[in-house]
Amino acid sequence: KLKMLTNISNVLRACAQRNVAAVVMSARTYADFTPEATFEIKKCDTFKLDEAPATQVVLTRDEGLEYYRIMQTIRRMELKADQLYKQKIIRGFCHLYDGQEACAVGIEASINLSDHLITAYRAHGYTLTRGGTVKEIMAELTGRRGGIAKGKGGSMHMYTKHFYGGNGIVGAQVPLGAGVALACKYQGNNQLCVCLYGDGAANQGQIFETYNMANNRYGMGTSVERAAASTDYFRRGEFIPGLRVDGMDLLCVREATRFAADHCRSGKGPILMELQTYRYHGHSMSDPGVSYRTREEIQEVRSKSDPISMLKDRMLSNNMASIEELKEIDVEVRKEIEDAALFATTDPEPPLEELCNHIYYNDAAVEVRGTNPWAKLKSVS
Amino acid sequence: MSFLRGSFIDALVVLQMMVRDALNQAMDEELERDERVFLLGEEVAQYDGAYKVSRGLWKKYGDQRIIDTPISEMGFTGIAVGAAFAGLRPICEFMTFNFSMQAIDQVINSAAKTCYMSAGFQAVPIVFRGPNGSSAGVAAQHSQCFAAWYAHCPGLKVVSPWNSEDAKGLLKAAIRDDNPVVFMENELMYGVPFEMSEEALSKDFVLPIGKAKIERPGNHVTLVSHSRCVGHCLDAAAVLAKEGIECEVINLRSIRPMDTDAIEASVMKTNHLVTVEGGWPQFGVGAEICAKIMEGPAFNYLDAPVTRVTGVDIPMPYAKILEDNSVPQIKDIIFSIKKTLNV
Repeated sequence: KLKMLTNISNVLRACAQRNVAAVVMSARTYADFTPEATFEIKKCDTFKLDEAPATQVVLTRDEGLEYYRIMQTIRRMELKADQLYKQKIIRGFCHLYDGQEACAVGIEASINLSDHLITAYRAHGYTLTRGGTVKEIMAELTGRRGGIAKGKGGSMHMYTKHFYGGNGIVGAQVPLGAGVALACKYQGNNQLCVCLYGDGAANQGQIFETYNMANNRYGMGTSVERAAASTDYFRRGEFIPGLRVDGMDLLCVREATRFAADHCRSGKGPILMELQTYRYHGHSMSDPGVSYRTREEIQEVRSKSDPISMLKDRMLSNNMASIEELKEIDVEVRKEIEDAALFATTDPEPPLEELCNHIYYNDAAVEVRGTNPWAKLKSVS
Repeated sequence: MSFLRGSFIDALVVLQMMVRDALNQAMDEELERDERVFLLGEEVAQYDGAYKVSRGLWKKYGDQRIIDTPISEMGFTGIAVGAAFAGLRPICEFMTFNFSMQAIDQVINSAAKTCYMSAGFQAVPIVFRGPNGSSAGVAAQHSQCFAAWYAHCPGLKVVSPWNSEDAKGLLKAAIRDDNPVVFMENELMYGVPFEMSEEALSKDFVLPIGKAKIERPGNHVTLVSHSRCVGHCLDAAAVLAKEGIECEVINLRSIRPMDTDAIEASVMKTNHLVTVEGGWPQFGVGAEICAKIMEGPAFNYLDAPVTRVTGVDIPMPYAKILEDNSVPQIKDIIFSIKKTLNV
């Protein structure tokens, strides 16, 4: 009771400071909410695995609120980018992630920031979960100096610590990711690399080259065996264990990632996770996204499988949060996005003096030829 | 390693070392110095290297640091670049640079451009090395020179050593550089011995990337070259010296960045310039030198247009007589110099 009174008085005090009519909102204390609940999630299909991720999982209220906030932030950020692109304030390529939030958030929930991640060009969501801010992501999309890559990279080339982009060439990130994992193994730091690619990239030859090398422990043994993870050449597609995961269900992704991370860290080698996910937008802003699927299909996924709605329903029906609380998060998120968009549209473009910088790392300043012989520009590291 | 003692009277030990051994010594020293350095490529470990450049390294450093890969250039080059992203310092060997075409996307888009795209956040300290250019009898698909292709791209450094000192000093510099370096060796040079000074034999002998060397001073004409052709230029210069023509021979050592100042200073002295390269003429190293000279102060000192001596503009043929006539020979260099000097 004392706690409840304190809350009401805090609300009144806050209102008084803002010179707003004091309205006592329903003051439910944290003691009213369920601190955690158990949920049944879909079983993952497995391949070459004796065990599978758990199907009964626990979600705490705090976790739920955090996941909700991040997913909503990604959703709103992507929708704002859509808007800015249509206003021609964002140019070039823009590949949006709305609908897929459960993947980025679910994966990050089961790894650490000290682990590593690399993905393709649909990267804004991961840039956020890997430590970037909305402000610097949006300012990068609008090509301003406050962008996460100072305006030099754009939508497809954003980097943070232990996040290697953002890669424009389909499939190239897969060997890169294996290289990052090699470095982890080499340094003995028990870190892992999550390497993401789409169904398009899955057909690239370099993916299969990477599967072979990732599984092969780099050349131990005799000559044929050293080069090939499997010398049963007629079975060559199938030597890495795998999981098929419901990518629209955050809890499913989190549990599968937990399982996969354990598998990797315990020295069992690489593992493939197929996340069945769905993007609401077309491939990019130049694709309306309805020539190869119907609007009804998009609508159906949205109404039945939206990852944010799924989390929200779970929390509300288990009394883990209130509608007002979630609405408050929505309001805060919206404000964060608006502030970021304001920054992104008012921050000045990078100065021309910096055009040639960062060609090299940790190097003396060099002269760079401009468009004509008299244009001698300068590059610093 | 072969030892040939020089004159005792000078109390100097003159050591002769083959280019492949100089490269080996460079890698050995750098592997020892920095545990983040490692080598990967086809046959680099248990086979001791397709051309024996990495001989003994696997025995000394083991599986973790000397890694045999399958024949998967695109895959292992991407893996090498990813390892560089995450803090290691890989040496990625291409059995020849012809095979680097399979992996060129990883070299250019993943390695060269990343520092710039990330506004200086993500370094890529990697060396891509291997034999480049023509060999002997290996025909068209195994004889291409990639100097111009890689030197075209900002974000890369491109280095082309000629002798053993070049090989050792520049490879050590490349490994220590925090940027992607394309290091172009030459198969026909691997077995050629050169004198190594005491300084060059030391563990900290590093040559600066971006600086050319005047191998032979002269007053009448500047010869600019890289890799194996430097030797041809010196041979041509020796012949011409007997006729009273003194050639200044510049060994570029670096293609990108190129030591334009050294070329210009020389041209301003000799008033004549001949470039010599093994690669094709169009859009090549010599073409770039011509453009640079035209744009700079040395242009006004030229008494004749710049002459380019290059490989013939054809895919490399197989038959010996055809192959011999597809690359610059000493007689071609002499002929071109005399035409340039109008003698």
